[in-house]
Amino acid sequence: MAAVTPAKQARGTVFVRTEVCKGCSYCIDFCPSKCIEFSKDFNAKGYHFPVLTRPEDCSGCDLCGVYCPDFAIFGVRLKDLEKRIQAQRAEDKAA
Amino acid sequence: MSNESCVADACNIELTPDLAMENPVMPFLRKERIPHIWCPGCGIGTTVNCFVRGLEESGLDLNNVAIVSGIGCTGRVAGYMNLDSFHTTHGRPIPFATGLKLANPKLKVVVYSGDGDLFAIGGNHFFHAARRNMDLMVVCVNNHTYGMTGGQVAPTTPRGATVSTMPFGNFEDSFNLPFIADACGAVYVARWTVYHVKQLARAMKEGLAKKGFVFIEAMAPCPTLYSRRNKLGDGVEQLKYFKEKSVVKHGASTKDVGLTFQGEIVVGKFVDRERQTWLDSMNEHFTGYFGDKYQRYGGNHVKD
Repeated sequence: MAAVTPAKQARGTVFVRTEVCKGCSYCIDFCPSKCIEFSKDFNAKGYHFPVLTRPEDCSGCDLCGVYCPDFAIFGVRLKDLEKRIQAQRAEDKAA
Repeated sequence: MSNESCVADACNIELTPDLAMENPVMPFLRKERIPHIWCPGCGIGTTVNCFVRGLEESGLDLNNVAIVSGIGCTGRVAGYMNLDSFHTTHGRPIPFATGLKLANPKLKVVVYSGDGDLFAIGGNHFFHAARRNMDLMVVCVNNHTYGMTGGQVAPTTPRGATVSTMPFGNFEDSFNLPFIADACGAVYVARWTVYHVKQLARAMKEGLAKKGFVFIEAMAPCPTLYSRRNKLGDGVEQLKYFKEKSVVKHGASTKDVGLTFQGEIVVGKFVDRERQTWLDSMNEHFTGYFGDKYQRYGGNHVKD
């Protein structure tokens, strides 16, 4: 009987401000789950920016965010992201 | 498919643009000044990330934190941090920071500068602030060269490295920065590279909590000048070298942690000790001399 491998669930995600990226590839080379790659597109300055190519592998550890010298990328765990969204919605309602 | 829609698909959450773009480091930076001037692959931004993480975890009131920088690539950090910051003359961040600290002892003063600024032009100030045990945290980003002025030989350039003013290789011996700090009397001495981000962030946190003269050396690549002239590849190649050749030795004798050209890098926390700070010494001395007539200065730094 073949083992059924359950579809892998993403535990985190990354956000990229492509316009400030300088393409140093720190995030790509030091991502522990190797889920980021260079995009084929360029940003306005002519650098290839990173893109999350295997979102299911991302753990949201934010190591890319700590490495990024240009403050362009950061990772977030999905459960934290939900909390942040709820907090922001609550703030918006209060305002 | 654009990156943002890819991200939105991945997490099945409706993303507002503001939320998606809010990097956790951003509240600590002057947003209008980003993107910064540092080259692609420069490690200074990574040290800033670690500093921000350390600052966040230290739980300090940001109104009581001041950051002082000198001149140079790392000297720009004070301009990018959204704290009370001071961009001083070349080599003089420590005297300015000493003044800040003594005028307002409540402040936590951080000196954030490069190796050329702190150890070449401002060498003397470093020695004496460490000797007096001024309550400062000094972060030295060591990229082995003068980055901003064109890659001249610096006191930290290792023997054998080629730089613009030593085109046939450097024949001078370089400084061993943790040894200097230890010998001068710093209470906390650590060295990490830009590869060791978590450890560097923890060192920053410990340094912010420590009372006395704290010295943290962060080794960073300079891909545009140092690495290019020495044919060492780009910033990532240098980080891989840091990864391969670094050895963690906590409590190692600082005598033995000197750097050689592309050789082994001993990293870790070398010194963590207690010494009376300058303000405490002054208060104790004058209290002993004048008795009750003397009013102590900087109350929060004296254990009652």
